[in-house]
Amino acid sequence: MSAQNTILFALLWPLLGAVGIALAGRWPNLRETVTLVTASVLALSVWSLAPGIMDGGRPGVVVAEVFGGLSIAFSVEPLGMLFAALASTLWIVNSVYSIGYMRGNNEKHQTRFYVCFAIAIAAALGVAFADNLLTLFLCYEILTLSTYPLVSHKGDAATIRSARIYLGILLGTSIGLLLPAIIWTYTVAGTLTFTPGGILEGNLAGPAVGLLLGLYVFGIGKAAVMPVHKWLPSAMVAPTPVSALLHAVAVVKAGVFTVTKVIIYIFGVEALFAEPSGGWLVYAAAFTIIAASVVALRQQNLKRMLAYSTIGQLSYVIMAAAVLTPLSEVGAAVHIVAHAFGKITLFFSAGAIYVASKKTELPQLHGIGRRMPWTMAAFTIAALSMIGVPPTGGFVSKWFILAGAFQTDNYLAIFTIILSTVLNAAYFLPVIFAAWFSTEPAGGKDHGEAPWPAVLALCVTAMATLAFFFFNQPVLELESQLVGRLK
Amino acid sequence: MSLTAQLPALQVVVPLLTAPLVVLLRTPGLSWAAATAASLTAFAIAVALAGQVLAGEVIHYEMGGWPAPFGISLNIDALGSLVLLLVTGASTLALVGGRDSLATEIEAGRRHLFYAAWLIVLAGLSGIAVTGDAFNVFVFMEISSLATYVLIAAGPDRRALTATFKYLIMGTIGATFYLIGVGMVYMMTGTLNFADMEVRLAEVTELRPIVVAAGFITVGLALKAAMFPLHVWLPGAYTHAPHMVTAFVAACSTKVAIYVLLRFDFFVFQNNLSQHDLHFASFLLPLALLGILVGSAVAMVESNLKRLLAHSSVAQIGYILLGASLISEAGITAAAAHMFNHALAKGAMFLAVAAFALRLSGVRLNDIAGVGRQMPLTFAALAVAGASLVGIPGTAGFVSKWLLLQAAFAQGTLGLVAVVVVVLSSLAAVVYVWRIIEAAYFCEPSAEVQAAREAPLPILAVLLLAAAANIYFGLVPAFPLSLAEMSATELLGGLQ
Amino acid sequence: MMELLGLYNYWVFAVLLMIGFYAVIARPNMVKKLLGLSIFQAAVFLLYITMDKVEGGTAPIIQKGVEDAIYSNPLPQVLILTAIVVGISTTALGLALVVRIHEAYGTIEEDETQRADLDE
Repeated sequence: MSAQNTILFALLWPLLGAVGIALAGRWPNLRETVTLVTASVLALSVWSLAPGIMDGGRPGVVVAEVFGGLSIAFSVEPLGMLFAALASTLWIVNSVYSIGYMRGNNEKHQTRFYVCFAIAIAAALGVAFADNLLTLFLCYEILTLSTYPLVSHKGDAATIRSARIYLGILLGTSIGLLLPAIIWTYTVAGTLTFTPGGILEGNLAGPAVGLLLGLYVFGIGKAAVMPVHKWLPSAMVAPTPVSALLHAVAVVKAGVFTVTKVIIYIFGVEALFAEPSGGWLVYAAAFTIIAASVVALRQQNLKRMLAYSTIGQLSYVIMAAAVLTPLSEVGAAVHIVAHAFGKITLFFSAGAIYVASKKTELPQLHGIGRRMPWTMAAFTIAALSMIGVPPTGGFVSKWFILAGAFQTDNYLAIFTIILSTVLNAAYFLPVIFAAWFSTEPAGGKDHGEAPWPAVLALCVTAMATLAFFFFNQPVLELESQLVGRLK
Repeated sequence: MSLTAQLPALQVVVPLLTAPLVVLLRTPGLSWAAATAASLTAFAIAVALAGQVLAGEVIHYEMGGWPAPFGISLNIDALGSLVLLLVTGASTLALVGGRDSLATEIEAGRRHLFYAAWLIVLAGLSGIAVTGDAFNVFVFMEISSLATYVLIAAGPDRRALTATFKYLIMGTIGATFYLIGVGMVYMMTGTLNFADMEVRLAEVTELRPIVVAAGFITVGLALKAAMFPLHVWLPGAYTHAPHMVTAFVAACSTKVAIYVLLRFDFFVFQNNLSQHDLHFASFLLPLALLGILVGSAVAMVESNLKRLLAHSSVAQIGYILLGASLISEAGITAAAAHMFNHALAKGAMFLAVAAFALRLSGVRLNDIAGVGRQMPLTFAALAVAGASLVGIPGTAGFVSKWLLLQAAFAQGTLGLVAVVVVVLSSLAAVVYVWRIIEAAYFCEPSAEVQAAREAPLPILAVLLLAAAANIYFGLVPAFPLSLAEMSATELLGGLQ
Repeated sequence: MMELLGLYNYWVFAVLLMIGFYAVIARPNMVKKLLGLSIFQAAVFLLYITMDKVEGGTAPIIQKGVEDAIYSNPLPQVLILTAIVVGISTTALGLALVVRIHEAYGTIEEDETQRADLDE
C-alpha cells in the first residue's frame, strides 16, 4: 500500500471498526474481538508509515477541495507520526484493559462505549495527520463530540452535569476562540497549511501576534491551560478506560499537540522567538504547572488528583514548546510520549483499584499494596515517572526541557520545573508510601487483584514507562527531524 | 421556441395551473400525487435553470413576447436561481415526505384544497424569484402570502388562528409599505421594470421621493423577512402551523423577501442615491446584530422545539442580513451561501420535528425525552442538521459561518464587533441545539416514547436526504458557493 | 402655500394612511383591525390613482377623430385594480379567520384571546 493509501486507511479503518462493533453489539465476545482486531490492524498500519517518515518522507493526500483554496487534506510529519503511533498503540492496550474493566463493573451500554471509542480514535488520528488548520479543526470537533457519550456514560444527573461542563468548555473555547483565530490567520496569511517555519512571518507583527497566540492557546481547550482546564476534572466522571486513554492520552495530547503544531508550523519557532509579545505563554504555562500541582496536593479523590496532575503535565509540553529552543521542542515531543505511558498506567491502576475494591478516595488506599501488588508496583513506577526519577521515561523528557531552558537561560522555566518536581513528589510519594507501608483500615472488603486483562494492560504500560528510559532513540531521531527543519 | 427557452415561465405556470387541477381531483391521494408531481417538476426546472446560470447564460424571458419595459420580463440571475432552488426544493421534500404527517393534521375532505393552496404558495414564491417587474413582485408576494396564511391557519391548534391573524396583519402592512415605495419610484421614473428603473433613476434630479421610497421598500420587505424587531409574527406562525408547512415555509419564505430587498437596494438604488450603501449598512447592521443576539438568547430558554427553532431562525436571518450589510463581495457571498445552508439545516430540523410529532403527542423538550434511542435515524438526521446550524466543521453551516466571519474580519473594528456577536451567538446555538440533543438522547424516555417506532419511510427518506445534503455541501460546497459568488458579483456590479 | 394645498390628494393619502395604521395598531378588536387595514390599503390606492392624473387629460380611450387628445396614464389604474383585488382577498381571508377565531375562543378581542391561550 502506498503511504497515501495507508493514511486514508488509518483514518477510515477505525470508523469501519465502529460499524463492525455496532453490528456485533449483541455478542460481547465477538464485539471485543472486533475491537481488538481493529486496534491491532490500525496500530500496524500507522507504524508502517514510520520508516518513511524517519527517512524524511512527508506523504500527504488531499481528500476534498472545499473553498477559497482550503481543503480537507492529511499529511504525516514527525510530530503527527509520534502522536498517531502513540494513540493507536495504546488503543490496543486500552482495549484489553477495557474488557476487564467494563465486564468487571457490569457497565451498561457497552456497545455504545466501544463504538464511540473507535470514532474518537479516528478523530484523534485525523488531528494527528491534519495537513492544515481547517482539517485539524474538523477532527478536533469530532473528537469533542464523540467523547461526550463516553464521559456521560453513567447517565445519572451528576454525570450529565459534569459532561455538560466538559462539552461546554471544549466546544465553547473552540468555536469562541479557536475558530476566530483560524479565520484571522487565514485572513492575514491566505493559507492554513502547516508549513515548516510558519506562515505568519511578515504577515503579522507586534502585539497582534501575542493576541493571536492567546486565541489559539485558550481556544484549544483540550490543552487545559488555566483557566480553561475545568473540563478535565469534570471528565473524570467517565469510566476509567476513557480517563486513561482519552483524558491522559488522546484528547489532552490532541490539545498540546495542536498547540505545539501551531507554534512550530503556523507561527514558526524563530519568528515567535523574535516577537516579544508572544512571551507570555511561558508564564501562563508555568502558572498552570504550579497551580495544578498545588491543587493536586489537596485532592482526596484519586482520579481527581490524577486529573490535576495531568493539567500540570500538559503545561510542561506547552512550556517546553514556548521556550522556543530546538532542544525544548524535542523535549515537548518526548514528554508527550513519556507522560502518556506514565499517566495511562496511573489511570489503569486507579481503575483496577476501583473494580477490585470500589475504592476511589486516597485515605482508603492504605495498605492496598499488599492486596494488589502488581497494580501498585505499576502505580509506583508510573508515579516516579511523573516526578521524573530515573530510570523512567519522565526523566528523559524533563532532561530535554531543562536542557532547552538552559540554552536560553530561561530561569523561569528552570525554576518552575524544579518546584513542580518537588510538588509532584509531595503528592505522589505519600500515596505510594501509605499503599505499601500503612496498615489497612479495619472492616474493608476482602479482595485481590482486578480481572487479569486489566492487570496485564497496566503492567505492559508500566514496563513501557521503564523501557522508554533506555530505548528512546527512535523517538529522538524522529523528533530531531523537527529540529533539523527548524534550523 | 424550444421548451428550454420557456423554462422561466414554466417555473411559475406549472404549479399555478396544477393548483386548480388539484382542487378538481378532490381525493386526498390523487391531489397529493398531483401536487408532488408539480413540485418535483418545478424543482427540476429550477435545477435546469441553475445549470444555465452557472454556465454563464443570461436568462431573460419576455412574457407574451412584449419587450421590456412595456411587457413583463422575467430575469433569472444567480441569486434568483439560488432562491428558486430553495423554494422548490423545500416544497418538494416537504410534500414527498409529508403525506403521513399532513394526513394527521388536515381533515381528509379539505386536503385537496390544502394542496392547492400549497401550490399557490410555491407559484407565488417562485414568481418573486423570476420576475423582473417591481409590481409583479407585489402581486406574487401577496399571492404567496395569502396562500401561506391559509396553510398556517390549517394548524391543529386554535392558536394557529391567532398566529395567522397576526401574520396577516403584519404581512399586509409590509406588502403595502412595499407598494407605497414602488408607487413613488414609479411616480419619478414611469417604469416598473427593475433594469429600466435603474437606468431612468439616473436622470431623476429630485431624489427625495426616491429616498422615501427606499425607506418604505426596505422596511416593508424587512417585515416580510422577519428582520428584528419586525419578527414578532414569525415564532407564532412557525410554531402553530402544520409541521410540514413549517418545514416548507421556514426554509424559504423569509429568504425570498431578503432576495427582493437585496435586489432593490443593490440593483436599483445603489447607483442612484449618494451614500446609499452607507445608509443601508447603518440601518441593517445594528438590527442584524441585535436580531442575532436576541433570537439566540430566546432560543436558549425556549422549551417548545418548534418555537425554539423559530427563534433560532430570527437569529439566522440576522446572519444573512449581517453578511449583506457588510456590502463587500465576501459579505454578500456569505449571505447568499447562508441562505442556502440555513435552509438546508432548518428545513431538515423541522422535518425531524414533523417525524417526532407523528409518533409523539407533543414536541416540547420534555415530550421528546429519550426518543433518540427509539427513532435513531430521525435523531441522527436531527443531530447532523443541528451541527450544521451551530456551524460544526464538516457541515454546510460551517462553510457560510466561516465566510461570514472572514468577511467581518476584513471590515476592521466594526467587523470585530460583528465577529464577537457571531461567535457569541454560535455559542448560544451550541447551547440550544445541545438542549435538544440531550433531551432526545440522554434523558430517560417516558412510556409513550418507549412505544414510539421509527418514522414512516417517506419522511425518513427525505429527512436523511436533507441531512446528507448538510454534510455533502459542507465538504463539497462548490455548487452553492459558485452561485453565491456569482450573486455577489452581480449585486455589486453597480458599485464600481 | 397654494402649492402645498394643491397637493391635497397627497394630504388625504397621508391622513388616511395614518388613520388606518393607527386603527391596526391601537384597536384590540380584530374586525376593527381589519377595517383599519382596509383604510390603510385604500390610502395607497388613492396614491396611485392620484399620480396618474395628467393635467387636462381624459380617459385613455382611443377614438376615431380625436388623435391628439391628452390621456391620463392608464397603467396605475390597472395596477391598482390588481391591488384592490389583493386587498379584497386579504380582507375576506382576515374576516374568515376572525369567524374561526370567534368559534374557537368565543371572542374577537386580541387581548382576550391571548389571555385564553395563557390560561391553558
